[in-house]
Amino acid sequence: MTSIEIRIELKKGVADPEGKNTKKTLESLGFQGIGDVKSVKVFEVEIDATPEDAIKMAEEMCRKLLANPVIQNYKVAVM
Amino acid sequence: MKPEDVRVCVIRIEGTNCEDEMAAAFEMVGAKSEKVHLKQLIGQAPADMRRNLEDYDVLAFPGGFSAGDYVRAGAIFGARIKSAIGSDVKRFVEAGKPVIGICNGFQILVEMGLLPAIDEVMSEQPTAALYNNDSGRFECRPTVLRNDNRGKCIFTSAIPEKALLTIPSAHAEGKLMSMDPDFVQKLEDNDQIAFRYVCPDGSDAVYPWNPNGSPSDIAGICNPAGNVLGMMPHPERVMTRFTHPDWTRGYESEEGDGRIIFESVMKYLSKL
Repeated sequence: MTSIEIRIELKKGVADPEGKNTKKTLESLGFQGIGDVKSVKVFEVEIDATPEDAIKMAEEMCRKLLANPVIQNYKVAVM
Repeated sequence: MKPEDVRVCVIRIEGTNCEDEMAAAFEMVGAKSEKVHLKQLIGQAPADMRRNLEDYDVLAFPGGFSAGDYVRAGAIFGARIKSAIGSDVKRFVEAGKPVIGICNGFQILVEMGLLPAIDEVMSEQPTAALYNNDSGRFECRPTVLRNDNRGKCIFTSAIPEKALLTIPSAHAEGKLMSMDPDFVQKLEDNDQIAFRYVCPDGSDAVYPWNPNGSPSDIAGICNPAGNVLGMMPHPERVMTRFTHPDWTRGYESEEGDGRIIFESVMKYLSKL
């Protein structure tokens, strides 16, 4: 069994209200020096395949469901 | 085709929640509608409950939060229907039969690649996205729509050009986005823009009259053939005057503003 981590990020320039709101709230809690805050989504998928095949399959999953190429990028890695 | 012969398939899965209003809206203009679970269309139901998509004349995707809006709004419903009966749906669209998606239904059509489908019937991957409103909030209030279609869209065929309709919006992800910088121009050239948000006086919309920040104030688009419409606002919620926001304050029509969209479909089908 290969465990794959699939990371779905918003593309550059796509607004991230969750990140922005989180940054504002962290600052209101007194945290200083906070730069950009981004929200990302991570899926952990267990696949019964070799790491190479599992990566290929995970990329196919991103294309077919997990990422919309208009707003999101994906990164796939073996855990 | 007579109104009573028109069969509407209001398709649902777990989490759709506007199927009753959608089915009722079509019934109110004379059609026969049926709420059909996706499982009934893909053979995962007892024999007497199974249905075939090709037996219907209209396919309607209702609003709601299908599959809990997990992954992205509409993504799971879109992927499920595409994998199971994608080719049936494509044939349905190619046959020129009307397909409407409202709110979450619009998000599903975009995720399935049936909209905007600028150069094709159904794209392999989504070519647009309905993304978070600029406000970062769920926006729920009456909106004013202008019919900006020049005649291609069958869902606006009974509406005078540039007429204004007051129809409620209720969504968190309604901002239409594309990677193509000429996206809006292409939609315009193809006559794919059905509705734009405007201010109540008909001038260009500003927030909150454009509730989501969609470019060019786009509220609804159709496919290049004009038989697939997706829109964020909910016409099925204003079929009578009593759900119009101003019904006690001078709104005079007996009918709600949403009704004419459903009447347009019936008018189109009556000529077939």
